This record gives sequence, structure tokens and C-alpha cells, in this order.
Amino acid sequence: MTETTGKTGNGKAVSILLTFIIAFTLWMLFSYWNKYLLGHYDPFRLARGIIVAVIIALTMHQLLIPGRGEKVLVKLRRWCLYALWELWQIALAAVDVAMRVLGIRPVNPRLIEFETTLRSDLALTTFGDSITLTPGTITINIEPERGKYLVHAIDQGPADALTVDQTMQKKVGYVFMEE
Amino acid sequence: MLTIDILTPDPLSTLINILATIMMAMGGFFMIVGSVGLLKFPDFYTRLHATGKCDTMGQILIIVGCMIYQGFDFITVKLFFVSAFYIFAGPAATHALMKAAYFTGLKVWKKGDPKM
Repeated sequence: MTETTGKTGNGKAVSILLTFIIAFTLWMLFSYWNKYLLGHYDPFRLARGIIVAVIIALTMHQLLIPGRGEKVLVKLRRWCLYALWELWQIALAAVDVAMRVLGIRPVNPRLIEFETTLRSDLALTTFGDSITLTPGTITINIEPERGKYLVHAIDQGPADALTVDQTMQKKVGYVFMEE
Repeated sequence: MLTIDILTPDPLSTLINILATIMMAMGGFFMIVGSVGLLKFPDFYTRLHATGKCDTMGQILIIVGCMIYQGFDFITVKLFFVSAFYIFAGPAATHALMKAAYFTGLKVWKKGDPKM
């Protein structure tokens, strides 16, 4: 699945350095920042932070800073708006399942399959996670070549939301520009 | 840190306490409903529906309650990160369980089948 990124010497060094800075800043904030903004420093904790940040920078820099990417900022902004919408969907999902547990709505499970226009790893993962978080559906399997999803739906209504309305596909497609 | 003085109630801290309590109570409600669903639903897949969704909502509400109680502090930011990681990890774990069950051939319950 992972495509080889075309990063050479300089670009790789920059992305490793950037990852190291982010990881180490987060470590410092999480371990030192208390009510008085900065606590006491002890070298042992500092050294541990540096070691961990170096390991993370060397192994994870390709995940954090991808080699190629177009219109990253536009996608990021759209993704943030999408995340807010997704939070609302989480609330709806919990209320939906709670009503099914309490017997107000029926339980009539089924498996559904459908194809989407999504192709990139990030888009497929976002959509798979979104399906699991939204009301009444959980992703079982993804075939990345055709963007095909196998989904377990708890009732007809949630299944139709994915196969007929396709609101969420369109939203994710819009975020990652893969319509 | 909030200090609670019971003898001279301060309106702001009372409000904060009430809000935090409401949030945590709602979170607790969703957690309990999720557990009831885990026991009540007919098969493995539908049980995962109950836990996967109610737990996500429950933990968000409980952590938001804690954040309100704490006020704006670095602990609030840490709590935010805990919640955010759960939102990403929860669906991945649910999906992994689902996939494992499906590909080992566990049958999907249809309406009308006897309860498993």
C-alpha cells in the first residue's frame, strides 16, 4: 500500500527535523507544563524526551509529512470542518443506538456493499472511520483498488443513508478532492 | 484548581459544578446504555454497534465534564488529547473486531433467527 516517496537528502532531513521539533515540543508540554507554565527541569527526563523524539522522527517522519501532496492547506481546512460535522454525527449515533437498545427503534441487521470514488489511503481510512462513527453502520472490509466497502448496518435506514443518499461519500470526496 | 467553599457559594463555581455534573451524568447514561445493549442485542455484530458508539459518546461527555470542572488549564489540553485519541482508536478497534469475526465465518443475525 505505501508508495515510495520521492524524497532525497535535503527534503528528508527537513522532514525529520520538523517531526523531531513537533514530537519534542509535545513531550515538553505534556511532561513539564503545569499551572506555573514551566516546572523544574531534570536532565534525566529531558534526555528521555530527546531519545523518544529521535526515534519517532526517524521512523515516523514519512507519516507526518508526506513527500508529495497538493493543496494540503485547503484539504486541512475542509477536513477540520468535516471533523466538526463528524462530532455531530457521533452524538446522533449514540442517541440512535441508545434508542435501539431501549426498544424505541427496531433492530434488523444486514450487510451492504457499495463502491465509492475514493482511492487514496487517507480518504479511504477517513471514510471507513466515519462509517463506524455515524449512526447504525460499521465498516467490515475495504477493497482499496475499487473503493469498495462492505458494511454491517443495523437497520434499513442507516443502510439507505450510505447506498441511496450518499451524503458522507460526497463530503469525504469533497474534502480529499476525489469526487 | 477550583476550590469549593460550601458555606459561601460562589455563583460561577456553582454553575460550573452543575454543568460538569450534567455532562458526566449524560456520559454515564450512555455508558450504561451501551452495556445494556451489549447484553441485550442478538449477535456479535449488533453488540459491537452498542459498545462502539455509546462508548465513544460516553467518554466524550465524561471528559468534557472533567474539562469544564477543571477550567482552562494544561490538564484540560491533556484531557482533550485523551479524548481525541479515543475518537481515532475506537472505530479502528471496532472495525478490527468486526473484520476478524466476519472472515472467520461468524454468521450475521437476520431478523427472525433465534437469538444467539
